[in-house]
Amino acid sequence: MVVTADDGIDPGLITWAETVPGGAYWSRKIKRGATLRIVDLEGGQGVSLLCYNADNPIERYNAADTVKIQFGIFLGVGKVLYSDMGRVLFSITGETTGGAFDTLGGASNPAGSTQKYGEGDWRDTRSNFINALAKHDLGKKDIMPNLNLFARVAVEEDGGLTFQERSKAGSTVDLRAEMNVLVVISNTPHVLHPSPTYQPTPVRVVVWNSPPPTSGDPCRTGCPEAVRGFENTDALFV
Amino acid sequence: MVATALQGIDSQRVVYDEVLAARRPWSHVVERGQVLRIVDLGGNQAVDFLVYNADDYSERYSAPDTIRLQGNIFLTTGSRLYSNDGGVLMTIVGDSVGRHDTSGGACSCESNSVRFGLDKKYQHACVENFLAALSRYGMGKRDLVSNINFFMNVPVSRDGTLEIVDGISEPGSTVDLRAEMNALVVISNCPQMNNPCNGYNPTPIRLVIWAPPPPDPCR
Repeated sequence: MVVTADDGIDPGLITWAETVPGGAYWSRKIKRGATLRIVDLEGGQGVSLLCYNADNPIERYNAADTVKIQFGIFLGVGKVLYSDMGRVLFSITGETTGGAFDTLGGASNPAGSTQKYGEGDWRDTRSNFINALAKHDLGKKDIMPNLNLFARVAVEEDGGLTFQERSKAGSTVDLRAEMNVLVVISNTPHVLHPSPTYQPTPVRVVVWNSPPPTSGDPCRTGCPEAVRGFENTDALFV
Repeated sequence: MVATALQGIDSQRVVYDEVLAARRPWSHVVERGQVLRIVDLGGNQAVDFLVYNADDYSERYSAPDTIRLQGNIFLTTGSRLYSNDGGVLMTIVGDSVGRHDTSGGACSCESNSVRFGLDKKYQHACVENFLAALSRYGMGKRDLVSNINFFMNVPVSRDGTLEIVDGISEPGSTVDLRAEMNALVVISNCPQMNNPCNGYNPTPIRLVIWAPPPPDPCR
């Protein structure tokens, strides 16, 4: 199924669009105010994401603060990705997956992939992160607990984890950069995806100059914590 | 209340025994085979905990790997603390509480400003303790990862709601961690006083390390 990745986007505003093959990684700086759309073209097995303050990468996505400050492990429209400095890296301004976000499960690695798929030349999330980060003069120390898109992992009453299939062909996630963001994605199967077959599928990435947030923007005004997070963030740019 | 703190430990084998005041940082190398006991002296005190391979600091605790490889977000007896390189840093060999948190992370000046008010930025926080402790080993902010919160209660419901709620540990509650490699343990005895994680009142903890018995000479 072919999906138009730029649905609803004025073509004149698009600054970059690219299809990232299954198994590959992709990285780019997204300017404050621009939006990154990621499209799960065929309904794949997940996309792993890390992000940093592009102007000072010692500031990075903090999974624990993101879930703790927003009182929930599932993200969605109106939620934000907090950095470890009390600021906002990305706002989630749109998504069609029904909340397919995993903030706990982390990244696949070579040993786990061999165990799951057998011997083979599998691309895994951790190796992709290391290679992508190396090209920005970052390394192993900079790999933080990551966010997984197009995948959902629920927590049962006893604390156990359950993988929930959610994403369909054409699902999208829109992330608006609230500072200059260095984003790294690994288009590799979610580490808990139940399929014993390695079947990553392509995703589309589109970057466009999205409209500036309005005064009632739900990401900025949704709760007192959001308001304070943006107050901290905007202070970087005054 | 401290009477039980050394229960089950051969006092001859104790190599370290100190009380860590409320709000303070601590670090120590626990050698492979040694066991570290953390005692929650006053009850309901969060103990923020990081651990590194003492022989190669680039290997460190990984919260997502630990959660995933155990299939559970809570830690208790039998839980292994996995590293980012797939190694086992420590194993929980005793626990009188039943569950410990590894998803809530540490408080920081910056997150306090977002969670509790911009004026809370100047309160002491766990990340400040961690940075002070890590600096002694030539490590810094890049070496901070998501940590364990011993004695802290962070339930997550099936709809994804996550809350920090009243602790379930009592005065004298203990957790015992056996080092599976030489382990550099870094602790912040959490200063947080804006939510129930410490019952709004940080209290001291006791840290005891003991060595395993020597091998049986007949074997």
